[in-house]
Amino acid sequence: MSFSIKKQGEVVVVDVEGQLIVGNRQELKQKVLDELEKGEKKFLIDFSQTGYIDSSGLGVLVSLSKKIREQGGELRLANLNDDLQTLFELTKLDTLFQISDTRERALESF
Amino acid sequence: MAESRVAFDLQIPSDVEYIEGVVELARQRCREIKLSPTKCSLNVPVALTEALSNAILRGNDATGGKHVRVRAIISETDLVFEVVDEGPGFDVEECTVDCTTPENLTREEGRGLFLMRQLMDRVENFRDKGNVVRLTLRRP
Repeated sequence: MSFSIKKQGEVVVVDVEGQLIVGNRQELKQKVLDELEKGEKKFLIDFSQTGYIDSSGLGVLVSLSKKIREQGGELRLANLNDDLQTLFELTKLDTLFQISDTRERALESF
Repeated sequence: MAESRVAFDLQIPSDVEYIEGVVELARQRCREIKLSPTKCSLNVPVALTEALSNAILRGNDATGGKHVRVRAIISETDLVFEVVDEGPGFDVEECTVDCTTPENLTREEGRGLFLMRQLMDRVENFRDKGNVVRLTLRRP
């Protein structure tokens, strides 16, 4: 499991490779917060290479969303597979996040 | 009562780094008994991760030196996971929060038990040489 961060235009894109769970959620949180501290405002987390997410991982996404919004920024999500879509629907987090089918659509939506 | 067999019986240190290995083993067993792809890739991994992280972080209070036991038991009708920690235990019903209400939706925590109960057919909690959480998934 790992997280890679790169800039596409004005958007910081984070790829989550593997699981986003209790053992690694702080690493993702810190990486995004570091970018936020540098002044970045637009964030996209891409789950195309993600296995599963537990409640801790979902909690980190909620927390990041709040912190980014407080700084006047935006967090968007892309490429949820069917399992992840189900998870977001079960927890109704699909109503809290702006979710796109593809990275391209998400990037265009900023 | 249907005949059952123990698919694995492990004792792991109380450290969240061990969760992924246990979950991968559970997924292998799920595939072997031909559970649906969603049960193998979503229901079991997420519910078992929640049970293990609760046991490690809450039951054992993330204390070094403590352990968590996890067993998988397969019968003709059910797949059962039992996660045992050294904590005082808790009441599953009482502690489950509906994380989908407007006031809870933006909370960072409180989705673990809710997800376990959504993704498993039965979640029970009792004491037997430790605090036991039993997750049951009915086989098709």
